[in-house]
Amino acid sequence: MLEIKNLHATVGGKEILKGINLTVNAGEVHAIMGPNGSGKSTLSYVISGKDGYEVTEGQILYNGIDLTEMEPEIRAAEGVFLAFQYPVEIPGVPNVTFLKEAVNAVRRHRGEDELDAMQFVKMIKAKTEELGIAKDMLKRAVNVGFSGGEKKRNEILQMAVLNPKLAVLDETDSGLDIDALKIVSDGVNQLRSDERAILVITHYQRLLDHIVPDFVHVLAHGKIQRSGGKELAFELEEKGYAEYGVAAE
Amino acid sequence: MSGKAQTIEKVREFTDEKYKFGFVTDIETESAPKGLSEDIVRFISAKKDEPEWLLESRLKAYRHWLTMPDPEWQKPNFPPIDYQGSYYYSAPKSVGDGPQSLDEVDPEILKTYEKLGIPLFEQERLSGIPIAVDAVFDSVSVATTFKAKLEESGVIFCPISEAIQRCPELVKKYMGSVVPYTDNKHACLNSAVFTDGSFVYIPKGVKCPMELSTYFRINAENTGQFERTLIIAEEGSYVSYLEGCTAPMRDENQLHAAIVELITMDDAEIKYSTVQNWYPGDAEGKGGIYNFVTKRGLCKGKNSKISWTQVETGSAITWKYPSCILQGDNSVGEFYSIAITNNYQQADTGTKMIHLGKNTTSRIISKGISAGKSDQMYRGLVRMGPKAVGARNYTQCDSLLVGDQCGAHTVPYIETKNKSAVVEHEATTSKINEEQLFYLRQRGIPTEKAIALVVNGFCREVLQQLPMEFAVEAQKLVEISLEGSVG
Repeated sequence: MLEIKNLHATVGGKEILKGINLTVNAGEVHAIMGPNGSGKSTLSYVISGKDGYEVTEGQILYNGIDLTEMEPEIRAAEGVFLAFQYPVEIPGVPNVTFLKEAVNAVRRHRGEDELDAMQFVKMIKAKTEELGIAKDMLKRAVNVGFSGGEKKRNEILQMAVLNPKLAVLDETDSGLDIDALKIVSDGVNQLRSDERAILVITHYQRLLDHIVPDFVHVLAHGKIQRSGGKELAFELEEKGYAEYGVAAE
Repeated sequence: MSGKAQTIEKVREFTDEKYKFGFVTDIETESAPKGLSEDIVRFISAKKDEPEWLLESRLKAYRHWLTMPDPEWQKPNFPPIDYQGSYYYSAPKSVGDGPQSLDEVDPEILKTYEKLGIPLFEQERLSGIPIAVDAVFDSVSVATTFKAKLEESGVIFCPISEAIQRCPELVKKYMGSVVPYTDNKHACLNSAVFTDGSFVYIPKGVKCPMELSTYFRINAENTGQFERTLIIAEEGSYVSYLEGCTAPMRDENQLHAAIVELITMDDAEIKYSTVQNWYPGDAEGKGGIYNFVTKRGLCKGKNSKISWTQVETGSAITWKYPSCILQGDNSVGEFYSIAITNNYQQADTGTKMIHLGKNTTSRIISKGISAGKSDQMYRGLVRMGPKAVGARNYTQCDSLLVGDQCGAHTVPYIETKNKSAVVEHEATTSKINEEQLFYLRQRGIPTEKAIALVVNGFCREVLQQLPMEFAVEAQKLVEISLEGSVG
């Protein structure tokens, strides 16, 4: 599904990713762990195509197609989803309007008929119930006045609605208390499937207690330093990132 | 390309192609000779077969106009207007003495309005709510729908030239009572050469059974449009009125100098909405309408209310301040505005709330969006008179900048002569946010649509004020104004 080959990327002229290699297959959950400044968020932005994140070398192959030159909205429509570390507020735009725009934009791209108001309401109702999300969240402006937990749940709702093939969760645990973390993780776990690949980016091991990964990779200094099974996360929790040349925080 | 550069690039693409109403209707017209003189004023008056008092009042205005210097306090820059280079009267030949029924309207004109998406036939809209339409083409009204049905409830809705014949006493009493001819140079010109416009009279206790609307269309070349609208709401009555405006794409600037006067008696309410989409000029700033309009409402009676809502996306220059004089005790004035400027458009707009009566309240919500190389000014006056005990005003004025070559300015004027009056003013200026655009694009929404969504969100408070029927249209217009030729 996702094959990253020798990926180099710069931000503001500074090289942050220095040759990343990573293969993620459908049905797998991979965790990328690393200290602050290791390039974790950069990786998520480069995969999703944020402006200002320049790929200087290498490839990001997604089902065999190179994403690097593709507009972010095309990547999204092709099934690449990024759950933001800091979901953005959009005043005056009801969540439900935003979701409908997004769903129909993606459907248009895929050559499917747009959902009309009735079909959409039915679909969104089912999704909110599945995820245990309060309906009033749909009426409120996108992320405006949402608590940290609500914002992250809203990301999961968007993911459920857009039904991506590749989901990148960027520090989904940041700013969440234990209860919110559990709710959000349950949402993600519901969305695990054989057809979907999930990339979980996190600093701490605690998220991985809830979303148990198949593989763990350590990212430091812009490169994957080590890969292993879920036990690698526990080791990191215990020893920190010191052995990768990063001072303890 | 960086996000910012891309946004700016997108904005630059918003060329004149976006203007879908820029076509010209090929039709035989009858015009007054070019230029302005007493003879032209007499010509217009004679064309309309007007009573002597009206001709006199026109001539008085014209003579006064000659003595008035051009105003110089405004923000927009433009070369001196060549008043002698314009036509002051142009009418489709076929109209003759005005239409008697819809069947008699020139099919070319019907086609024009059809192309503009305005039904000149008495058909119920999708929502089931019928809308009565008065269509003003250059200098004359070409059709008014649902007249008969409205008259069953006592509502008069007709071209003002017809009202002058049918109910001269009402016109004589109220025309010029809110905006005197001495008010400003453009209003004075209008008072001398106005040609047509709409007249609405809502009798005591009547809630107008349908939305009323007037669509102004400038078609002829080198022609100014000077329409006059007068709405009178008697005690306890209610009316919601909408005006729309479009014009062909032409290289020269055309002057549109209208006057709108609203009067509400005790417990009456007028809701006046404008969707202004005059030709804005091309991407280089060539051509476009000068929209210099004087709009003012008088809340004459106690507990009366006047509400202005405007969506201003067109015109090379928009220069107007729909205002309320809150004379009746407990009367309410509202001003909700969205102004979008792009390319080289300029806007100097806002409102005046003049509090005279006790416990009068006013609310001003202004949303300005500047893109391209455009420039916008919000100018608002709130005046609390000595007798305005307990009066209140709330003003909120937000500006959004798209790209880095546009401008937004806010100038509030506050005058208080009563200690018990409360005036609140809030203002913000922000740039369209790259993080918001990326967030939306990451969900599959293309850039242009994403900009439109953010801008529509920014304007939401005002869009909600529009009659349901038009809110969707206005939302689309916001999108078109910012989107360019997509679709």
